[in-house]
Amino acid sequence: MDMSKRINQIKEDLELFENDLEKYEYIIDLGKQLKILEKSNEKDENLVQGCTSKVWLISQQNEGKIFFYANSNAKIVKGLVYILISIFSGLSAKEILDTDLNILKQLNLTEIITPNRQSGVAGMIKRIKEYALAFSKKDT
Amino acid sequence: MYKEFFDYFNNNNNVYLDNAATTQKPRQVLQIMHEYHTKYCANTHRSNYSTANKATTLFEEARVYLKNFINAQDEKEIIFTKGVTESINFIASSYVQNNFDTVIISSLEHHSNIVPWHMQGKSLHQGLEVVNCDENLNFDMIHFEELLKKHPKSFVSISHISNAFGKILPIKEISTMAHKYDSVVMVDGAQTLAHLTLDVQDLNVDFYAISSHKSFGPTGTGAVYIKEEHLKNVKAYQTGGATINDVTYEKSTLLDSPYKFEAGTQNIAGVLGFYEALKFINFIGYKIIHEKEIELYLYLRKELENINGIKFYNDVSQTIGSLSFNIKDINHEDVGILLDKQHVQVRCGHHCAQPIMKYLNIEGTIRVSIAFYNDKYDINKFIVALNKAIDILKD
Repeated sequence: MDMSKRINQIKEDLELFENDLEKYEYIIDLGKQLKILEKSNEKDENLVQGCTSKVWLISQQNEGKIFFYANSNAKIVKGLVYILISIFSGLSAKEILDTDLNILKQLNLTEIITPNRQSGVAGMIKRIKEYALAFSKKDT
Repeated sequence: MYKEFFDYFNNNNNVYLDNAATTQKPRQVLQIMHEYHTKYCANTHRSNYSTANKATTLFEEARVYLKNFINAQDEKEIIFTKGVTESINFIASSYVQNNFDTVIISSLEHHSNIVPWHMQGKSLHQGLEVVNCDENLNFDMIHFEELLKKHPKSFVSISHISNAFGKILPIKEISTMAHKYDSVVMVDGAQTLAHLTLDVQDLNVDFYAISSHKSFGPTGTGAVYIKEEHLKNVKAYQTGGATINDVTYEKSTLLDSPYKFEAGTQNIAGVLGFYEALKFINFIGYKIIHEKEIELYLYLRKELENINGIKFYNDVSQTIGSLSFNIKDINHEDVGILLDKQHVQVRCGHHCAQPIMKYLNIEGTIRVSIAFYNDKYDINKFIVALNKAIDILKD
């Protein structure tokens, strides 16, 4: 599935909820699906800057695709991290670097994420892009 | 019933429990700011036409009112600033930097009373000393005296009320002890006027930083009290219009205090709004404010004690306004979001007091901070919302 389809799928799922609390319960449930990140990866160098809660994000490349793994000490953030990872994981570096990453607006998440948290999401996307850039340099 | 004085509560059905961050503003504060801008908007201390004179007269009335409100001796001891942060930075830059080797602070300080000292090149045990607190966050007077013995003639800069935990520090005792060792005392009074009577002469402090917006006044306004004996040793912080007596290309001669410290056009509407906020506090009266808050604070604490896994960081002795806590295995930021979605507004985070959070081995707390206009309905709605948030977040 390409990135825009993934975004639309998540957007449709989130739009099913009229009530904000229910939407957050859904996001928390999504966070529970995050693959467990090994504790050894929960170190400062993997911390994403700009998050009000702690988010550790790592990446691995396999057959030209980049896969992201993450964890957070906050449940709602964990759900947001799951959303971002499900959008970006399994794409090539080029696909990630070529895409307009201003996905908060596309997902309508700006309504439910506070300005402070938006900088955290921006920090995560920045880190995802940095990983993609590093892999693309390695490949060339 | 006191919410009737605040238009905010007519326009919102939020439960507002973030008063340590900023308080709501009563109608008369907004009215005078509107009147200034619509009826006599003119610069102060410059022009001599009628509206300018009116603005200047009211501005100076505000200074006299604040002087009396905090029992300063003379209006020249009252300097208007943008707020407590600017007040502390002003004194740090214009008085402390070249006069003191050591600054002593408490363990409960807001970043605004830590970072300015770092900016001067002071760091822990290298020009900056921190007084310990006990398990209830009480100020350790014995440790304080040890530090003063080791570093006499220090600058002591201490909060009056901790913004994060609501702890009231014993300023009078601190001041007496500090003066015994030839030290000078500044108080960060950001949280004070919303809750407690302030008498700077009784406390015998040398500098006292005051906030308007945490005391029912507008943002962008505050003041610093400078005891008269120190005025001659405080340099001008910024210079420019309205601070000078005479300027030639060779030199500038500054006016006396307070004008030499108030460079440029002041936040005139803000000062007038602050003036009305002080009058409003007097109209309500600290007796009622205090009684109301103590009753609510104890009620809030009692209700919270029923919640499984709750962790407080101090007892209720010598506390006012803010109550901080965490809930076992639940992230405070998650709680804040889910409370907001239920129209309950509290602050969740480190409250600009990261060192004490690190000392307590936590990243932050859920902080409920009350004002006299809050009521049991607010507390009850908060408790219901908190329980709902816990239900959603627990494993």
